[in-house]
Amino acid sequence: MNNLKVLVNGIIKENPTFVLLLGMCPTLGTTSSAINGMSMGLATMCVLIVSNFIIALIKKLIPDAVRIPAYIVVIASLVTVLQMVIKAYAPDIDKSLGLFIPLIVVNCIILGRAESFAAKNGPIASIFDGIGIGLGFTLGLTSLGAVRELLGTGSIFGVTLWGESYGMLMFVLAPGAFLVLGYLIVLFNKITKKA
Amino acid sequence: MLVVLTVIAIVAAGVLASVNAVTAPQIEKINAENLAAGIKAVMGSEDIQVSEPWEVDAFTAYDIQDKQGNLLGKAVVTTENGFGGPLKVLVGFNTEGDILGYTVLEHQETPGLGAKAGEWFQDKIIGMNPGTNNFTVSKDGGEVDAITASTITSRAFLRAIQNAYTKVIAGGDVISGASQQASAVDGESGATQQTTASDIETPEVIE
Repeated sequence: MNNLKVLVNGIIKENPTFVLLLGMCPTLGTTSSAINGMSMGLATMCVLIVSNFIIALIKKLIPDAVRIPAYIVVIASLVTVLQMVIKAYAPDIDKSLGLFIPLIVVNCIILGRAESFAAKNGPIASIFDGIGIGLGFTLGLTSLGAVRELLGTGSIFGVTLWGESYGMLMFVLAPGAFLVLGYLIVLFNKITKKA
Repeated sequence: MLVVLTVIAIVAAGVLASVNAVTAPQIEKINAENLAAGIKAVMGSEDIQVSEPWEVDAFTAYDIQDKQGNLLGKAVVTTENGFGGPLKVLVGFNTEGDILGYTVLEHQETPGLGAKAGEWFQDKIIGMNPGTNNFTVSKDGGEVDAITASTITSRAFLRAIQNAYTKVIAGGDVISGASQQASAVDGESGATQQTTASDIETPEVIE
């Protein structure tokens, strides 16, 4: 499998949100607006790329029996480093994204890709898998956030279209997340099955 | 296998410790800058002198004077349990106890809902006085509109400011979260507390 295929695979064939249905907790929890969804997606992508790379590098050193705890230590350390660096050098990003960063540790996509891809492939291919899956996740979360923000508050990316008074608040709350996710999966399947 | 896991954990701990050593002073500096900017914002003035902080129980207060040395009021850092975790608010009072401004320093409220507390209350509570206004959400019979779908955050936010007023400005007893919620359940309005004259000594202002 060449690297480009790996990349596209992550966005379409194994899209983490619409096909694998992995990482549902941050998917449903943080997509109350388009910008929140996109921030969570991008932050996850950063961690995913680095964790895939490191795990692909050290996979031969790790005995099978302790691979899961070893991966978790690597992922949790990366997330903590990312959090500290953002807090110290990019306080503006920390303000909008700070809440989501610790959530990345419990995102099962990262562990899932470590287990199913990085542990079986080389470091370069693993980076591409990280980018692909990361983009697929970002795409999923951004579209979910955009639809919820539009229906819930009448604006998109903070730009008001028809105002909050016409918004259906339910879509910003938890039930809206499930409803929109369901319909987006239908839509995604319709489009990809045809192609 | 035990060895490998131990080595990985030690390496990870080493990396974390060194990154922390590098970033901690920087984070400290940013927090201090945020606080200084926050005090100016909540007092609504650039030309102020800020005293050394003084503590009353869990509250940190700063006496604020203008450049001529007239007392403008106090800025108070107050913390209350919100919906997702500690909710840390900086609030400025004038000498009468009217609210001049506030800013949320730290919070873990739900993005898109409770996290709106930073903007939501700006045009609602400024100018109010927790000593004379009924400083609770309208659902509990008060005068402040809660954030839509975030009543718990709103209650915590108002309680944080009410407590700062009661303890630091008026010098009375702090209402606890539990009793406030209990009275809300009973359908009673969160009655405004009678406040007593301040007996807290204000320390000298550092130039």
